[in-house]
Formats: sequence, C-alpha cells, structure tokens
Amino acid sequence: MKKNLLIAVWFTLITTLLFGLGYPLAVTGLAQLMFPRRADGQLIERNGKLIGSRIIGQEFTGPSYFHSRPSAAGSGYNALDSGGSNLAPTNKALLDRVEADVKKLRAQNPGTPIPIDLVTASGSGLDPDISPAAALFQLPRVARARGISEHALRALVEKHITGKQFGFLGDARVNVLELNLALNRLYPIRSGSANGFAGVGAAGSSKR
Amino acid sequence: MTVNGWLQILVFLFVVFLLAKPVGIFLARVFNHNKTYLDPVLRPLEKVIYRLTGVDEKREMRWTEYAIAMLLFSGVSMTLLYLIERMQKWLPFNPQKLPNVPPFLAFGTAASFTTNTNWQAYAGETTMSYFTQMAGLAYHNFTSAATGIVLAIVVIRGIARHETEHLGNFWVDMTRCLLWVLLPVCLVGSLVLVSQGVIQNLNSYATAHLIAPHSVQVTGANGKMTSKEVTRQVIPQGPVASQEVIKEFGTNGGGFFNANSAHPFENPTPFTNFLEMVLIFAIPSGLTYTLGRMTGSQRHGWAIWAAMAFLFLVGVSTVYWAEARGNPLLVGTDQRASALQPGGNMEGKEVRFGIADSSLFTTVTTDASCGAVNSMFDSYTPIGGMVPLVNIMLGEVVFGGVGAGLIGMVVFVILAVFIAGLMVGRTPEYLGKKIEAYDVKMAMLAILILTFITLGFPAISVVQPFGTSSISNPGPHGLTQVVYAYVSSAGNNGSAFAGLNANTPWYNITTGLTQLLGRFFMIIPVLAIAGSLAKKKIVPESSGTFPVTGPLFTVLLVSTILIVGALTFFPALSLGPILEHLMMMAGKTF
Repeated sequence: MKKNLLIAVWFTLITTLLFGLGYPLAVTGLAQLMFPRRADGQLIERNGKLIGSRIIGQEFTGPSYFHSRPSAAGSGYNALDSGGSNLAPTNKALLDRVEADVKKLRAQNPGTPIPIDLVTASGSGLDPDISPAAALFQLPRVARARGISEHALRALVEKHITGKQFGFLGDARVNVLELNLALNRLYPIRSGSANGFAGVGAAGSSKR
Repeated sequence: MTVNGWLQILVFLFVVFLLAKPVGIFLARVFNHNKTYLDPVLRPLEKVIYRLTGVDEKREMRWTEYAIAMLLFSGVSMTLLYLIERMQKWLPFNPQKLPNVPPFLAFGTAASFTTNTNWQAYAGETTMSYFTQMAGLAYHNFTSAATGIVLAIVVIRGIARHETEHLGNFWVDMTRCLLWVLLPVCLVGSLVLVSQGVIQNLNSYATAHLIAPHSVQVTGANGKMTSKEVTRQVIPQGPVASQEVIKEFGTNGGGFFNANSAHPFENPTPFTNFLEMVLIFAIPSGLTYTLGRMTGSQRHGWAIWAAMAFLFLVGVSTVYWAEARGNPLLVGTDQRASALQPGGNMEGKEVRFGIADSSLFTTVTTDASCGAVNSMFDSYTPIGGMVPLVNIMLGEVVFGGVGAGLIGMVVFVILAVFIAGLMVGRTPEYLGKKIEAYDVKMAMLAILILTFITLGFPAISVVQPFGTSSISNPGPHGLTQVVYAYVSSAGNNGSAFAGLNANTPWYNITTGLTQLLGRFFMIIPVLAIAGSLAKKKIVPESSGTFPVTGPLFTVLLVSTILIVGALTFFPALSLGPILEHLMMMAGKTF
C-alpha cells in the first residue's frame, strides 16, 4: 500500500511532465512548423488588420450582405461563448423565434420555401457556413441592395459552394464570410445604400 | 434520409470493421510483452520511467493489489488536477489571465476527468488556462483512458489464465498502454487534425475587427433591453489538436471549447468529423479481437463484435430517421433534404455535418462512453434524443468506452451464459471456466449499482427546487434533461442535454459522486470477477456447454442487454422522450 502510494505520486508527476507538457508542446512545435496558418486558426488579415477567421462564423445584418444562421453564442457569434440554443423541439421559445424569422424572410423573398438551416441556430453558434439553398434564398435581396443582376451574383455564389469532401463526406455549404468578402471586393456597396456601414468593407482583399 | 447519408454510415462501420483485427493484434502484443516495431524507441523510455518511479517490472499483482494501485493512482492524479485548477492563476501558459477555478466546479471537473466522464459544467474558453487544459485535462484524457484499457486487459487475462492469482502489474500495464497505444496515434492524429484546420498554438486570443459592425439588443443590469454596437469578435486560441485527438481516441469527450466537437476549431471539416468518429471506436472495437486472441477463441470475439455492430446499426438508423424527418412544429420552413441543403431538424447542428454526420456522431459518442458532441442533443427530436440516452442506459456496451465497454460487455456475457445455464439446467461455463454464484453476484452488483444511482438522484432532483430550478426546457423534455445528466454521469459518458444548468452545488456534487460511483463500482466488482476466474481450473468443453460463438449466442447476448435495459429504464423513458414525442406529433408545445 505505502509502496504503491509512493509509486502513484512519482508516476503522476513523471507522466504529467511527459504527457501533460512534453506531448502538447511537441505537437505545437510540429504543427507550427508544418501548418502554421491552420494551426493559428486561418485568420484573415486586411491592411494589417485582423478581420476574422475563415472558419469562425460572423454576424451580418443589413440587406447587402449574405446573412449567417441564427446564433446562440452570446448575443450572436460571440466566439467567447460558443454553444447552441439547447431549446427543445417542443419549446415555445424555439417555435416563436423560428416563426418571427420565417415572417421576416418571407417578406424578403415571397413564395420561396425557407431553407431550414437559415432559421435554426447551429450547435457551436459559430457555424461559418450556410447551405447553398440558404445562400440562393438570400440572392434576390443582396442583388437588389447592391444593384447588380441576380445572374452575376448567382455565378459568384455558385463559385463559393464547397461540395462534399472527397465526394461523399458531409454536406455542401457556402462560407458566409468568404462570400461577403468577395462580394465587397467585386461589387462594393454604393454610398447611400441601405446598409448603414457602407464603404467600411469596400476596399482591399482578404489574405488567404 | 439520403443515399449519401447511408453510404457515409456504412463506410464508417466498414472502416471500424477493418481496423478491429490490426488494432486487436497490436493491443495483444503490447500487453503480452511481445516485440513491436516501436520497441527501439519506446523500450528505453519505458525503462527510465520504471527506474524513476521504482516499479519492479517483473512483479505481478493479485486483483486486490491491482485495484488498490488503480485507486491510489486515480486519487493522487485527481488531487493534482484539483490543485492545478485551483492554482492556474499562478501557473504558466495563461495568456488570458484566467482566474482560479472555483472549488465546487474544480472538484466536479476533477472527478469528471479522472473517471473518463469529462462532464463539463464550464465553458473551456473562458474558464481553463492552457496549462490546465494540457497538464490537467488532456493529461487525464490519457490516463483515464489507459486505466480503462488496462482493466479490460486484466479481465481478459482473468478469463484466459487459470489456477493463478496473478493478473499483471498495474504500473507496467499503464506505462505500456500510454507509450505504445496512445502516444503514437495521438502524435500522428493531432497533426492530421491540424492539417484540416484544428488549431494548435499558445497564442493569446485574437481580436478581429468586423467588416460589417452591427448592433444587438442586450439585457442590461437593470433588466432593460439596450442596443449595443458590436464591432469586434474575440477569437479564442489554444493547444486544441493535441487534446482533441486523445479526447476521441481515449473516449473521453471533454471539449476544449464549450461547443465541443461542434466548434469549427475542434472539428472543422467532414473529414475531421469522420476521423474523430473512427478514433472513438478504434480501441473498443479492437479490444473484442484482443479478447478473442488472448483467450484463444477468436470466434467469441467476433460474436461480441457482431452484437455490438447490430445494436449500433439499430441506434444510428433510429436517430437518422428521426432527425431527417425534422420538426413538424416549425411551420413555413423547408426541411426536405436535397443537393442544396441538409434539411431535417437543423437546430443545434452544423451545416458542414448536416443530418447524417450529426446522427452518426451522436450514436457513436454515446455507444462509446465518449460524450464528445458535434450537435446539441437538447435540440434533437424526442426520438432522436432518446437514442443517446438509451445507448448509455444499456451500459455503453456497444463498442463502449476504451476498456470500459468490453468490461461492461463481459458482465452481460456472464449474465447471458448464466441465463442460458438456467434454461438448460446446467452449471454455466464461459470459455472453459465455470461461472459460479460469486461471479454472478459480482456481475449483478455492477449492474444494480448503476441502476440505483442513475434513477435515485433524478428522482430527488425533479421534486426539489434545487433540482428543478436548473431545468431549461419545460414539459416532459425537462425530465429527460435531468435523467440524462445522471445517466451520462453514471455511464462516464459526459455528454449532456446541455440546457440544464449543471453548475450548481447540487448538480456539481451529485454528478461528481455519480461519476465516481459509476466508475469504481463498475470496475471493482469486475476486477473481482477477473480475480475469481483466473483462479479456476479449465473445464473441457462438452456437448452440454452452451457455445459463446455464433449467431445463437449473439442473439442471446443482445436480448439480455435489451431486457435488462428495458426493465430498468422503460418507465423513465415513457415519461420523458416518448411522451414528448406523442405530444409533439399532436402539436402540443411547452
């Protein structure tokens, strides 16, 4: 018993050094050497200023941007507060939220069924993607707000569709931040447009 | 449901099947002290560890000493974790200057990680420093997994050996498991994850300046809604990949971030999702082969694998069906799956995983005692959410946790051969060993304790204000939330119906206790069985021996698992998810 207790103490200390510090630090070193951009979170900089991570979703409002899904992370896409709504399918709070969103979206694009992912919150609250259907649903609104043809915008959206990985894994999706950055690059928001922050995101390009 | 969804599920099961033999053989070689190709590197390191810790490599232990060594190690390492949490403010690798973890939470978390549960009543990104994550939490991912694996090996040795009291040396088994089994896969696996976008750094959090600032409504201190301008997004960082890989491979499940494997930094692509699921099942599936190999009855190993695969397929089909059907209460939405959208019940799910990969991950993580989640169970449809609950209630024997799954399965096997013995009126035998009163008593002890704690605490919680005040979803769903918390704790799973506020003294203490009881009152009776079996003589097989191979045995085993589970938990299930399902179909909301 006493001998085993002594071993337990030493074993804990030595393996903590080995597996609790040696291993993760070694992996950090190797990862930084082999995949520095990915290991740091695929951060996007523009004019020396950090504007986000490619794979962490952001909130977009106003008619001239493609919107992300609803988010339960804090007040929305708060990356320090990741998580889902955890609302049960029978919870009235969920049904009311979805109903309100459905009403708003229907006014923007009447007659088109509303893709489910556009009115449901993701598990992380930081979903960087929307489904291609959700992007196409928003297309008329964005085209109107930016004064461009739906045809041209459709081509841009289709270029931003990521297919299933290796042809069969996961689902097709559109990265909202990347799509909006491309949008700002190609079709800058005209001054005096409906978006209150016009011009802010107009210049520059994203570093990949 | 789509053809492609089913394809992913079947490809996954096929990969797990292909891995069973190589993993199983490797495990057998490591614990039989046979040569492996890793010896030139690891053998010197192994010897250094024995020298520094004073372990006598040659000495084997009886089951009682093995159990004591295991408990001492769990106690000491749990204490160290508690201390690290309580002192993280003064320790290195804390760029965010996070304060010390409060005592109740630190205890709950220490119990949770020591028992391989990884139940989390905190959000990692705002609570735990990098030092705590690496040296405290990820470290326990390694050791609690290794503990489970070596215990399974001891059970296998108990069945395989005869007329001996010696079952191996705990410290030697642990060292070999950590060095040979866990470390190499984690080193390679973590780099594969990084190549896909899982982060791995020690940087402080990055502040992004949004290209489209916006305002949000927030509730101020006076309870009034005010408008707030959001111009920045603080993006957390950290050594995630090194923890992510052992979190799955050791079926631990404790996320670096609050959102766990739903977080894009933990699980950025469908491929990382696939890899993480394979890692969860790799060892549990391989151990069935190891059992067959070390006991000299490979067909018995496959018979168990078949029972597991059957229950897995039933589970995943049910979740996938329920989630793909969607939520009938969400009127005005298009929930049909197509090439352009996943459809189905997408609340709490990520677009990149859709319905199929979310359903599959959910089944895998609760079949095993992993508990990592890539979607939020609380928002699952009632039937979809019932499957993870049932998976854990059945004892997580469908592949199960690393080691713990096989241990649980052996308990059911003993019960199955006992029932078969009763039916034909002969003393039951298991792989040449007579199963006697002592063994059956110990097996029943393991099963009954689980039942007692998983139903006892919820019963108190749903009638006392300190329990009910944590419930976030009204109606039958609230009962499911509470039952799930204790079932998940007792099964050392750690997944949650996360709406329940578990960071209260009542839940922190009782779930912590449940985890400790669920872990050690499972392990100790099973170690006793191993000790008892090892002492017995081998009885030659006769025409009266009930075969533990082939379809008949598999059917009997599956029936035993289902009957025990159903008898115990059906009332709770009918008042929770089943009732909620009926009410949802009738259009009732809460």
